Amino acid sequence: MTTDFANTDENSTRTHMSVSVWRGEGDSGAFQQFQVPAQESQTILDVVAWIQQPSDPTLSYRYACRVGMCGSCAMMVNGKPRWTCRTHVKKVLQQGRLEIAPLRNLPVIKDLAADMTEFFDKWVKAEAVFHPSKTRDDAIEPINPANPKRIAASAAIECINCAVCYAACDAVSANSEYLGPAALNRAWTLLNDERDSANSERLQAVSGVGGCHNCHSQQGCMNYCPNELNPTASIAGLKRATLKHLLGWRD
Amino acid sequence: MLDVRLYLLQRLSAMVMAPLVLVHIAVMIYAVQDGLTATEILSRTQGSLLWALFYGSFVMAVSVHAAIGLRVIVFEVARLKGPALTLFTWAAFVGLLYLGMQAVYAVTAS
Repeated sequence: MTTDFANTDENSTRTHMSVSVWRGEGDSGAFQQFQVPAQESQTILDVVAWIQQPSDPTLSYRYACRVGMCGSCAMMVNGKPRWTCRTHVKKVLQQGRLEIAPLRNLPVIKDLAADMTEFFDKWVKAEAVFHPSKTRDDAIEPINPANPKRIAASAAIECINCAVCYAACDAVSANSEYLGPAALNRAWTLLNDERDSANSERLQAVSGVGGCHNCHSQQGCMNYCPNELNPTASIAGLKRATLKHLLGWRD
Repeated sequence: MLDVRLYLLQRLSAMVMAPLVLVHIAVMIYAVQDGLTATEILSRTQGSLLWALFYGSFVMAVSVHAAIGLRVIVFEVARLKGPALTLFTWAAFVGLLYLGMQAVYAVTAS
């Protein structure tokens, strides 16, 4: 971390926050209280880092880029899924208190680190994987950015795999087989990618028992997506596409 | 739990129900304006193949639509799975169809 904590101890008059942090492994654990100094410009990730570095080095959590690109540091903050590196404390502090927990809907490895295995396995199950239609020997296919399919793909492409949408989704909570908003959003971008060659398999993959039709359109994914994407709209697109595919209609 | 075929069936049944509900409400409002009694209404519906088909279609659409909807609720809330869930779905469909068709028979049989 590059955040300067050097003056934290000297500045004893600074107000402190009461921070509850989930501690434990697997299914067992409890919240532990920490008093963390409040600073002028401070993110939730700064708070977690402060707890780990000067206070309790055994605290486990995950982060990498610190600038909202890698999607590693998502956690539940006061009950809501957020990217902690870009969430300012001032925006989410409730009566001087913070509650920080691992992402909902995923198993816990330890403390704030959620196990992302099933999240990424579902990307593969949803055929949210690029299947190129050309080889390296072919000429590069020109893509027209004004093409409606390309516009649809571009609108949903900026996903950073943070799993905030997955944690926000009540359909995932209720149905462990449901592929989830992120995997389906990615499947939608690939469905609209002219360079991809596996749309029939993809439509089959998102039409099964855990597929896109299990989305209740509650839009939790859209509300909490830190990149302001709309996976619900992507899933609605998949629903239309799968129906057309089933009925043998063409676009 | 809900695949594309069940999803399609639920949408198609909704598309059948929507116009039938509107026609039902419109006819009810029109029919009771001059104070028709139940006996007078039954005298018009009993023996009518048209009304039997109208309400029979509605009952069929409701049975399909509601059975799939209940299937989702029971799966997500009560965690019913596998053959038990399939059995529940069919039982809900048959039960609703039986009750609904009994009502249609009572209103339209001569």
